[in-house]
Amino acid sequence: MRASFIAREVGGGLRRNFTMTVALVVSVAVSLTLFGAALLMRSQVDRMKGYWYEKVQVSIFLCGENSLAYTCTGAVTDEQRTDVRATLEGLKPTVQEIYYESSDEAYSRFKEQFKGSPIIANVAPSALPESFRVKLDDPSHYDQVANALSGKPGVESVQDQRKLLERFFQILHGLQTFALAIAGAMLFVTVLLVMNTVRVAAFARRRETSIMRSVGASNASIRLPFVLEAVTAAVLGASLAAGTMLAVKSFVIDARLQPNITFIAWVTWDDVLAILPWLFGVGIGTAVLASGITLRRYLKG
Amino acid sequence: MIRFEEVSKQYKSSNRPALTDINLDVEQGEFVFLVGSSGSGKSSLLRLLLKEEVPTAGTVSIDGLNIGKLSNRKVPALRRTLGIVFQDFRLLPSKSVFDNVAFGMEVIGKGRKEILERVPEVIDLVGLEGKEDRLPSQLSGGEQQRVALARAFINQPKILLADEPTGNLDPSTSVGIMKLLDRINRTGTTILMATHDVAIVDQMRKRIVQLEHGTIIRDQQRGMYGHTGH
Ligand SMILES: Nc1ncnc2c1ncn2[C@@H]1O[C@H](COP(=O)(O)OP(=O)(O)OP(=O)(O)O)[C@@H](O)[C@H]1O
Ligand SMILES: [Mg+2]
Repeated sequence: MRASFIAREVGGGLRRNFTMTVALVVSVAVSLTLFGAALLMRSQVDRMKGYWYEKVQVSIFLCGENSLAYTCTGAVTDEQRTDVRATLEGLKPTVQEIYYESSDEAYSRFKEQFKGSPIIANVAPSALPESFRVKLDDPSHYDQVANALSGKPGVESVQDQRKLLERFFQILHGLQTFALAIAGAMLFVTVLLVMNTVRVAAFARRRETSIMRSVGASNASIRLPFVLEAVTAAVLGASLAAGTMLAVKSFVIDARLQPNITFIAWVTWDDVLAILPWLFGVGIGTAVLASGITLRRYLKG
Repeated sequence: MIRFEEVSKQYKSSNRPALTDINLDVEQGEFVFLVGSSGSGKSSLLRLLLKEEVPTAGTVSIDGLNIGKLSNRKVPALRRTLGIVFQDFRLLPSKSVFDNVAFGMEVIGKGRKEILERVPEVIDLVGLEGKEDRLPSQLSGGEQQRVALARAFINQPKILLADEPTGNLDPSTSVGIMKLLDRINRTGTTILMATHDVAIVDQMRKRIVQLEHGTIIRDQQRGMYGHTGH
C-alpha cells in the first residue's frame, strides 16, 4: 500500500477517535515519564558510585604534599608506599584484591565522574591523593584493615567506601522502586487503553475491513493502519516523556542542583540521552504488542 | 474454470445442511444465474468460492486450485482474482465515488499513477462520469450499485460474483445494472449471479442453476425462471 494512503487512513482514524487518542497519549506519557525517572535515578546512582564503588570496600588514601594529617610529613615516600602495600599483602585472605591508583589516574576518573560540573575547574590533579583500593572477602571485616593501617606513616586516611553513600543510595533505591511500580501500573493501564482503543476502532471500521478483505487486501495491510494508530499515539506520548526528561535535566539539574550542590556528581546529558531510546522503545513496543494481540482477536481473517 | 465436486456445507449452528452434494462446472466467460427460494443456499455457494466458508465435504476449485484447502495466507491472492458485489452495495460512506473505486486498488498496493489512469476509465465504463466527487449518500441506489460494480471490476477479475445485485433496485434501474454486467461479461469475465428477480432472468436468457434446500434441481442453458420442473 502507498504510504500516503496509509497516512490518510491513520490520520482519519486518530481524529475520529480523538478522545481515546488523547487518553492514550497522556497515559503513555505519564507511564514513560515515571519509567524515565526511575532510569534517571539509576543513572544518578551509577554516576555517584563512580569507578571504584562496585569493586572495592576500602580506600586507603596516601599523603600528598599538602596533607594535614599527623601521619603525613609531605608527600608519601616510595618506602612508605611499599610498606603499606606489604601490610595489605599480609592481611590476605581477608584482603582479596589490591588496586593502586595514582594521583593522575584519580584525576582523570574524577573528571569523567563530574563531567559538566563546575567543580572540575577548582580541582588540580595534585589535589587528588594517590590511593590503594582494597576488595575484602567480607565487607564487615573493614575494621581489621582500618586498625592495621590508620596511623601508619604515609597514610592520610582509611575510608569505608560504602558507609558514605549507602544511606543516600537506599533512599534513591526506594524512590526508584516506587517510580517503577507506578510506571508498571500505568503501563498496564496503557495496555488496556490500547486494547480498548483498537477494539473500538476495529468495530467502527468493520465495514472498511470487510471490504478490504473481500478485495484481497492481506491481513498485514488490514491491520497495519490500526497498529500505526496505536504506535503514533505511543510516539506522541514518548515524545512528551522525553521532553520532560530533557526539561528536568536542563531546568532542574543544570540550572538549580548542579551550581548549588557541587560535591555530588550529577547525571550528564549523555546519561539522559541514553535513556530516551528506552522510552520510545518501551512505548512503541507496548503499542505494537497490545494492538497486535487485540487485532488477532477482533479482526480474524 | 469453476468446479464444485460433491460439495456439502453444514453450518455448525444450523441443524440442516445449507448445501448437499453439489456438482457444478462453470466455464471461462460464462454468465450463470443462481436462482432458488430464500434459504436454498445461493449465498453459501458464493461464500465457498471466496473462502469465507469452507466446504464440509467435497472440493471447490478455480482453475484446478482447491479453494477449501487454500492456506489463509493465500486467500488474499485468491480474492484479488475475484470481484464481488452485494445487494447492499457495501460502499464506504465517508469516501467519494472516486475513492471508493480506487480503494480496490489502494488496498492491494497499486501505484498512484496507475490508479489515476484506471479509475476514471472504469467510472466511465459504469456510466458515472462527472460524479467522481460525490459521496455514496448523494447517489441513487442504482448509481451506488454502479460504484460497487466499478470497484469489483477495477482489478479486472477473472470471475465476478454478484449476490442479488438488483435486490434493492426498481425494475428499470435493474435493467441498467444487468446491461452493465452483460458488458463486463463480454470482456471475458465469468459471472455468477444469485438472484430472485424473475423478470431479469427471463430477459437475459442465460444459464440457470436452480437450488432448492441446498441441492441443484435444475441446470439449464438459456433458461427461463418460470419454465421449471415445479
Ligand atoms: N453463517 C451461517 N450460520 C448458520 N447457518 C447459516 C449461515 N448462513 C446461512 N445459513 C443457513 O444456510 C442456509 C442457506 O442460506 P443462504 O444464505 O445460502 O441462502 P440464500 O439462498 O442465499 O437465501 P437468500 O435468497 O434469502 O439470500 C439457510 O438455511 C441459512 O439459515
Ligand atoms: Mg443470500
